[in-house]
Amino acid sequence: MPSLESAGGPIPESRILNPDSSFPSARPTATIGYEALLSRSREAGKALQPLRGLVAIAQPSLHGGRLFRFFGGNAVSEQNRVVMDSDEMRRAIVRIAHEIIEKNKGAERIVIVGIRRRGVPMAQRLADAVRQIENVDPPVGSLDIALYRDDLTLRQPIVGPTDIKFSIDGRVVVLADDVFFTGRTTRAALDALMDLGRPSAIQMAVLVDRGHRELPIRPDYVGKNVPTARTESIEVRIQPTDDEDVVYLVKDAGAPSEV
Amino acid sequence: MKAEEINFVLDTAAHFREILDRPIKKVPALRGKSVCTLFYEASTRTRTSFEIAAKTLSADTSSIAVGQSSVTKGESLKDTALTIKAMGVDIFVVRHHDSGAPHNVASWTGLPVINAGDGQHEHPTQGLLDMLTIRRHKRNLTGLKVAIVGDIKHSRVARSDMWGLTAMGAEVRLCGPKTLLPPVTQHWPAVVTTNLEEALDGADVVNVLRIQRERQDQGLFPSVREYHRQYGITPQRLKACKPDVIVMHPGPMNRGVEISPEVADAGYAVIEEQVTNGVAVRMALLYLVLGGEGAV
Repeated sequence: MPSLESAGGPIPESRILNPDSSFPSARPTATIGYEALLSRSREAGKALQPLRGLVAIAQPSLHGGRLFRFFGGNAVSEQNRVVMDSDEMRRAIVRIAHEIIEKNKGAERIVIVGIRRRGVPMAQRLADAVRQIENVDPPVGSLDIALYRDDLTLRQPIVGPTDIKFSIDGRVVVLADDVFFTGRTTRAALDALMDLGRPSAIQMAVLVDRGHRELPIRPDYVGKNVPTARTESIEVRIQPTDDEDVVYLVKDAGAPSEV
Repeated sequence: MKAEEINFVLDTAAHFREILDRPIKKVPALRGKSVCTLFYEASTRTRTSFEIAAKTLSADTSSIAVGQSSVTKGESLKDTALTIKAMGVDIFVVRHHDSGAPHNVASWTGLPVINAGDGQHEHPTQGLLDMLTIRRHKRNLTGLKVAIVGDIKHSRVARSDMWGLTAMGAEVRLCGPKTLLPPVTQHWPAVVTTNLEEALDGADVVNVLRIQRERQDQGLFPSVREYHRQYGITPQRLKACKPDVIVMHPGPMNRGVEISPEVADAGYAVIEEQVTNGVAVRMALLYLVLGGEGAV
């Protein structure tokens, strides 16, 4: 068996996806690998060690606010200010629903697609509001944009389900998300939608616009504009994903979150 | 692999499965990455499956057909691997007749390597896609009774299935004629038997392995007809299983030998679905191993 040193320098962990078995010389490298894979991908942050959290903060991400969670544990409890309570959220969603119907002259052609996690309950709420106002039931879908992100070389998001059981060709797609930050999530969602069909138009509805746009993309419907500093973050809690309906502004999320 | 890891991979694969139903079967996740498939043994399914998986993720693929490469001039596996690495490949997919070869390639090149089957050791992606297929039909793998029938001795599919399924809490029964069972199996977490009725009794899943004709030449079974009479999976024999049993086969099938045509074409045979799930599983693995910085 040739010497390992001949490959030059320390050998990094080999990543063979070879399940543990009774094969005598098989080292359990795959198991170690997968633990690391799992920890890095777990957005809850509880499994991450602090060092990894720091590394994650310094790196771009589509959703600067989300990185704060990597810092370990329940960050929302420290120094946060409520910028929208559940009544304000409800009114904003109703108002956005009215705006959507007004701009599109009715609700017949629209479909509402929620972006990955918290955009999904947003989309459902908007659809409910539209139904109550216009008595029309717009189709609702969910979109996972993990595979379309522009920072895939730097992080590895968990891939979730994309559930759009209807055709989007020729329809007006209203994208829904909780927070609008740099615009990169929307850019990814646009690419994903274009791969799924040819909508006649795409519009964007968000609960909170926190500023710091980095692309020439802006939302069409905004619940509330909340100017934030780079070091701050907006944390949205929305049922049923969370237990409550509230929007927090979290100060001092650690190192400035560049995206 | 532990149950948690397996579940994670299967969940990811399930989401990737949906991409194959789209009109545009492409996502940009692995754009700019280069995947090299290095197959020292013939393969239709596995190799094509990996290529399609890589291309769906927008990765670039190169495929080394060993029979037309410098391997015929005597180039070693190590040199082949290092040469290809020097061309900027990001990940290898290796199938080799020697057990442990993928591990060697990984240590020589420092690149990630996915094992597409090494000797008689393991075929982990087949094991994963088998589990995904079972999960899609049976919801939960824990407590399921899975019978694997055929040439267990030479089958890396059987081994991968066994390790994976038992890790997930299923009960695995391996069955075949005595000549096609490995001599030492006491330490295996599965029931090993030559009694087909016992293996099929109350089974939720039957996985039928291919009978290789070469084994007949080696004198390991008298004739294909004899094998079919004793161990062939027929609708008759399946009556001993649960009424909602599913039948799987890693392919390629020898219709009329290990599996009768009626079974292969029946509604409870999920063989084609296995192939589709195979692409999804390989997409998930390529994404998980290649995505992210430095990954593992």
